Amino acid sequence: MNGLDFSVVADALPYLWKGLQFSLTLTVVAFAAGLVLGVALALVQHLEVPVLSPLAKVYVAIMRSIPLIMVLFWFFFLVPLIIGAMMNSGRPVPIGGLWTAIITFSLFEAAYYSEIIRVGLRSVNKGQYEAAKALSLSTATTYRSIVLPQVFRITSPIILNQTIILFQDTSLVYVLSLTDLTGAASKIAQLNGTLVEMYLFIALVYLVICTSASQLVAVLRKRTRIATTR
Amino acid sequence: MNQSNANTNVVEMIDVCKRYGTFEALKKVNLSVRKGERIIICGPSGSGKSTLIRCINRIEQHDAGSIVVEGQELTGAERDIAKVRREVGMVFQSFNLFPHLTILENCTLAPRRARGLSKAEAEDRAMHYLSKVRIPDQAKKYPGQLSGGQQQRVAIARALCMEPRVMLFDEPTSALDPEMVKEVLDTMIGLAEEGMTMLCVTHEMGFAKQVADRVVFMDGGQKIEEADPQTFFGAPENDRTRAFLQQVLH
Ligand SMILES: Nc1ncnc2c1ncn2[C@@H]1O[C@H](COP(=O)(O)OP(=O)(O)OP(=O)(O)O)[C@@H](O)[C@H]1O
Ligand SMILES: [Mg+2]
Repeated sequence: MNGLDFSVVADALPYLWKGLQFSLTLTVVAFAAGLVLGVALALVQHLEVPVLSPLAKVYVAIMRSIPLIMVLFWFFFLVPLIIGAMMNSGRPVPIGGLWTAIITFSLFEAAYYSEIIRVGLRSVNKGQYEAAKALSLSTATTYRSIVLPQVFRITSPIILNQTIILFQDTSLVYVLSLTDLTGAASKIAQLNGTLVEMYLFIALVYLVICTSASQLVAVLRKRTRIATTR
Repeated sequence: MNQSNANTNVVEMIDVCKRYGTFEALKKVNLSVRKGERIIICGPSGSGKSTLIRCINRIEQHDAGSIVVEGQELTGAERDIAKVRREVGMVFQSFNLFPHLTILENCTLAPRRARGLSKAEAEDRAMHYLSKVRIPDQAKKYPGQLSGGQQQRVAIARALCMEPRVMLFDEPTSALDPEMVKEVLDTMIGLAEEGMTMLCVTHEMGFAKQVADRVVFMDGGQKIEEADPQTFFGAPENDRTRAFLQQVLH
């Protein structure tokens, strides 16, 4: 076996960087949209809103039982049909791989985030709700100012963990012919036969990003512990 | 009930019943509290003391009978409930401070959101009441950094910041280490001396003797006896009251 030639990695850096940017952007967008929707799904169940609560339960159960790659396929074909039907255009409206990825990842992650938030909501002491009632605070204020801040504090390490998984999952966008970090590396690797170098390098990139994020999780864990002990 | 009576009673409970499933926690309880009166409620565990006072600010919903607070009857209407809750302060056994907010924020949240005070107004008011419970220097700290006694005094200040007409206390000293009971009771005595209308569930009989206008004894979801402290402690009428007093006074 010849020696490894890492100069190809250096040459490929700009292209890999574009791939990484895509992975990070998709992660951030899906995180933000997924969290907002996830909170909504969790609140609807926690408040036992009629009709919406069972719908949210079913939605979460379905999303959590289907592999992400299948959801990506489904959405790639389904979403254009749905949009077409909504706009009464009579035929599918293609939205492209990028939007498929953003919508799918957001909707998929929302299900996972909502489960985390739901557990967090249950862990807030019942006395907090009673104190809020006794102070004549509205339900909206109670959740916004009292309950949710505590839920985020409790669940932030788990949410961050889930987001690390999300970041790794973004490599699945190759099925939509999008190029993320993994995709970029594999294209170059196939082009000039430098599989080992390329995959070693991006493995290192994933390792650095994910371990730094895990480090952050550890810091958050410690902080939440301090905040809850007296 | 005549008109003047209705106007002077801050709390009027008539034949109040409360069930949990089939279990009757309150059985036709009647209680009137006039402005400035201090009522102590005692009784064995499970007798319905907490349930009784929690119905007054509708943390629990009564099933039958009527409850009128400051002329406002408690029915299902959200707006009426909010109105009543603004006038009724409550202090819990387990403090229930908001752990993620500073002491000052704990005290300003409700006045700002439920009373519409500006930040500056709410903070002035909070500092006033924190001084009153003698912990203005802790305003920037978080509840977790305070002792139990200090936390309970903050909880009292937080309730007072809404400037309520009535204060409800549910065993405010039961969760405290013995050496901290006095500082909280002293705070409550101060409030009583200023003429605050108070309903207090407690087993602190010394405190009851000192501040009570009336003592109410509950057992099995019923009001068994109601008397001024001299009669209540000196010559209780009911056997169950006597048995209870024998237990708590020794
Ligand atoms: N949410 C609930 N669901 C079912 N039963 C309840 C509930 N809350 C209270 N009870 C029951 O109602 C009865 C009265 O309860 P309550 O808390 O008012 O008693 P208490 O006099 O305050 O007792 P303690 O001195 O232990 O605080 C008890 O038997 C209790 O088990
Ligand atoms: Mg009780």
